Amino acid sequence: MLKNKAFVKKNRGGRVFKVVREHYLRDDIPCGATFCSSCDTSTANLVAADRLVVVDTNVVLHQMDLLENPAFRNVIILSVVLEEVKNKNLSAYNRLRNICANRSRQFFVFSNEHHRETYIKAMASESVNDRNDRAIRVATQWFQKHLGDACTVVLLTNDLDNRTKANAEGINVFSVDHFVQSLGKPELLDLVARSESENATPMEIEDSRPSKRKIIYSEHKPMSEITAGIHQGIYHQGKLRVNRYNPFQAYVGSESVGDEILVQGRLNMNRAFDGDVVVVELLPHESWQGDMTMIAEEEDGDGDERVGLAPDTSDEAAVNKADEASEKATTSGGSSRPNGRVIGIIKRNWRAYCGSLEPMTTPAGAGSVANALFVSADRRIPKIRIQTRQFGNLVDKRIVVSVDSWDLNSRYPSGHYVKTVGKIGDRNTESEVLLIENDINNRPFSDQVLACLPPLPWSVPAEALHDPHREDLRNLRVFSVDPIGCKDIDDALHCTLLPTGNYQVGVHIADVTSFVHPGTPLDIEARERGTSVYLVERRIDMLPKPLTEDVCSLRADVERFVFSVIWEMSSEADIISVRFTKGVIKSSAALSYVEAQARMDDSRMSDPLTTDLRNMNRLAKVLRQRRIERGALTLASPEVKFEIDTETHNPLDVGMYQVRESNHMVEEFMLLANISVAKKILSSFPVFSLLRRHPTPTPKMFEPLLKIASAVGIKLDITSSMTLANTLDLAVGDDPYFNKLIRILATRCMTQAVYFCSGELSPPEFQHYGLASAIYTHFTSPIRRYADVIVHRLLAAALDLEKLSPSLRDKSEVTKIADNLNYRHRNAQMAGRASVELHTLIFFRNRPTDADARIVQIRSNGLIVFVPKYGIEGPVFLVDKASKSSTNWIMNEEQQCANARDGSTKYKVLDSVKIRIQVVEPQPNRPKLELTLLA
Amino acid sequence: MEFVGPEGLRLDGRRPLEMRQLHAELGVVENANGSAMFEMGNTKVIAAVYGPHEVHNRSQQLWDRALVRCEYSMAAFSTGDRRRKGKGNRRSTEISLVIRQTLEAAILTNLMPKSQIDIYVQVLQADGGTRSACINAAALALAEAGIPMRDLVASCAAGYLNGTPLLDLNYVEDSGGGPDVTVALFPKVDKVSLLQMDSKMPLEHFENVFQLAAEGAKAAARYMREVLMENTQNLARLVTAT
Repeated sequence: MLKNKAFVKKNRGGRVFKVVREHYLRDDIPCGATFCSSCDTSTANLVAADRLVVVDTNVVLHQMDLLENPAFRNVIILSVVLEEVKNKNLSAYNRLRNICANRSRQFFVFSNEHHRETYIKAMASESVNDRNDRAIRVATQWFQKHLGDACTVVLLTNDLDNRTKANAEGINVFSVDHFVQSLGKPELLDLVARSESENATPMEIEDSRPSKRKIIYSEHKPMSEITAGIHQGIYHQGKLRVNRYNPFQAYVGSESVGDEILVQGRLNMNRAFDGDVVVVELLPHESWQGDMTMIAEEEDGDGDERVGLAPDTSDEAAVNKADEASEKATTSGGSSRPNGRVIGIIKRNWRAYCGSLEPMTTPAGAGSVANALFVSADRRIPKIRIQTRQFGNLVDKRIVVSVDSWDLNSRYPSGHYVKTVGKIGDRNTESEVLLIENDINNRPFSDQVLACLPPLPWSVPAEALHDPHREDLRNLRVFSVDPIGCKDIDDALHCTLLPTGNYQVGVHIADVTSFVHPGTPLDIEARERGTSVYLVERRIDMLPKPLTEDVCSLRADVERFVFSVIWEMSSEADIISVRFTKGVIKSSAALSYVEAQARMDDSRMSDPLTTDLRNMNRLAKVLRQRRIERGALTLASPEVKFEIDTETHNPLDVGMYQVRESNHMVEEFMLLANISVAKKILSSFPVFSLLRRHPTPTPKMFEPLLKIASAVGIKLDITSSMTLANTLDLAVGDDPYFNKLIRILATRCMTQAVYFCSGELSPPEFQHYGLASAIYTHFTSPIRRYADVIVHRLLAAALDLEKLSPSLRDKSEVTKIADNLNYRHRNAQMAGRASVELHTLIFFRNRPTDADARIVQIRSNGLIVFVPKYGIEGPVFLVDKASKSSTNWIMNEEQQCANARDGSTKYKVLDSVKIRIQVVEPQPNRPKLELTLLA
Repeated sequence: MEFVGPEGLRLDGRRPLEMRQLHAELGVVENANGSAMFEMGNTKVIAAVYGPHEVHNRSQQLWDRALVRCEYSMAAFSTGDRRRKGKGNRRSTEISLVIRQTLEAAILTNLMPKSQIDIYVQVLQADGGTRSACINAAALALAEAGIPMRDLVASCAAGYLNGTPLLDLNYVEDSGGGPDVTVALFPKVDKVSLLQMDSKMPLEHFENVFQLAAEGAKAAARYMREVLMENTQNLARLVTAT
């Protein structure tokens, strides 16, 4: 074992000083070839094929989709490459690591930097890149020498200079394009990203004829200038968010300006994508109004809004609101909102995008290269130029495309094909697309994960009944109440009248943590998924089916492990005591909400179970009343429910989800359990408990609601959740739906509740606004939410039943988990909504329907209406889009009313209108709902 | 941060259970009664021992045993950024105390009543594990000074990062925020004389990490014994030659 010292100069905090690190060189690093006679082959996975492939850093960075293709095997990844990839692009590094971890892919990581014979020292006046390139060549040569005639070792690089040098040194070297062609698999060729060096050739030719190709976008400023500019306050840094409804408008939230900067038009956006971290320069104040001419310049400016599901919370509605603000600005002349343009991009947010190719006349001859434009399903993403050899094949498919680059002189970014999802319009394909777009993993569980499951059929083992930590609760009359057809039952209840006249009430939650142990592949997978995702026609589980539907599901008449919260309550629902325990139950009935309600309502029934239900319902009502008195909001969201054809899985009917008293009963006790558990874990672990909070909305967020309220002449007091709840109660209009509508609009003003780690915030911030509870967490659905799994572990540790794994005792670790859960939770919701939207579209495809709608907003060119029956919301244009002149209508945005010029009709916000819903397809492959007013 | 890659190599190319390269020299300070320089990889410390001699400050004199004093300091050039560290700050006071207690347990102080032994250790280059290196250097210096000891004292540290016990942390690993267990022991009698831990660690892992550090200390002790033997043999050769 040799030792060597690497001298590195490092710059930290602006100061330059020298860092000396040891660097050990070894002679025991295996080469990874299974057929090697001199190395340890225990970890080897390269097989004796005709060629072993060494790739350089740029190949990994740009051709990841190619490397991920299973046809690409026998690859040596050098540690110098791995290190460079890690520094340049962490997500590429993670993807590469995933490939390497999969032994069947035959990717081997060779630590060339610590191998005695392949380590090289930088020569004087040699740049780091040159040194690394040389290290790659030296390692390739070493492999060839080490393995001798057993196989050929080839180096893949797109760097011309590197290729020349390698050729001179006698290395088999290929460019990626060349190599893939030699594989004889034409379908792989589409996966090859077009590298800049290859692009350079046609560009150079064009340079001699500058008139042919003009530069469209302005150059990004160099990094040094950007940092200096930010320091001086000339430039502003922030994340670019593109308007969901108008892709030519974007906002950059900037702390240095204190307001959102509006970026209008693609030219000002200067090649930035949604989510990129960009640097913006403010435009002169004179040009600070929405310059609409910019949008008109672009050839496909369909800036109109589309019909979709009504948003639930303000997170979704926010963009809408901002849009409105800018619209107002244009009408009133000068704007207070600063306008800017992007002058540099600090971090790209490129990912793979789902969508379809723009139809065009198929070029002659299949297999020839076609230049096609890709249109993303996400409207915020610009069209992407790709090259494909299978155009005819792909034109009616949903495909996934990656972005490679965006040149100054190209109107669109260029990318490459990654994979095909399926046929356009097919329900499965479209579902798949929405999963991909929301970053939801619906791959089947891996064998390692399934290996963590208990053997089936599972029953409560005899020794568990003697476990002192596990209470025998089988004698209790426990029952569960869930939606019809629910298979993953994670909560059950019981309610017993005690001799003292008090009630013993228990909430029993499936004891998932008895099966999901921390750190196992099962646990890691569940943590990654974060939540189950409910689509209209199917469910994507967080945990494998045997657990969710059998081992953990609290079905009737089987013994199951539970984690219970048991209260003693007086008949006035005052909590006398609470205790937590793990136990074994045997549920006596798995009811549906409908059944439970029917039992309670049927006065002829008086069996013990029904009595329990009635007692429980009475207690729940008291609890609910008390909660409302504390200021909890009764919120409403337009949840719709599809009736699905069992054969074709197509929607048969749409309707609003009906909420019964039994729903409230279960909900009330779940809330109580969650609050009790939250208090318990917080008192035991004040620093790293996982809790859930709902931030108090700012008065600004309520503005749209107040505007509508004043237009219809009701007063809402938003000083606290209590005053809001009270004034909401008073807001009754002429018809029964009016109040619900107001509540829906109020819900929209609020943000979503989020998970957080208790150590990160001060106790007053723990507040859950909607529930008016000082503290809250999620405990009751561990089968479908990972947050509950964590809370179960915390509670078990708080009761001294189990030890807490070190990762849960770490504040930053818990915060990381909470962030991921929030992200997954949000995505799951978005996917669920997208799925409903998809099915709504399928539902209305061949049946234009007339329905009642309510006006929720009046804009300068039309009305925004909400259709309660189907839960959809969208614009109705009163003003002709082309001429932009209102011919027959006078729109008043301030007072939220619209009058016909002839005075015949008048619309006010929240009025009822009759509309027609139908599916139109203005652009091919992009069907959308259209709402029109019926006279 | 990834301290141990999937290939099983640490950042500097060692495997988790490997120590850095050790190097020691005796008699590096001519003026002192005994001195030694000890290197663990890039960590380099020097120790000098004066005494036993008369107690300078009479009030501190102990009637039944020797007074052991220890002074630890870091050279201004010992780390990347040149800053005066010196002695007298909290950290060096603590390390001085630790070294003194560890070595006092080894020295047969009752053989030298009313006398004083001074140990000076200075870090010339710091790259993690300075505490252990100082104890090792001081032990060698004491041995070279011919001060009677129960046994040699040897020390080594171990940590726990990325779910793996790691032997002999360097500076980068040390600043990784994980636990850092320093053990000093008497290798022959197999008794622990120092056990310190920074940060926290689950009890079930502690045993492993502690054992690992003890193994490391024993390995250091073997090397130190070799160096001492060689030094003694050289001395013997010198004596016979004259």
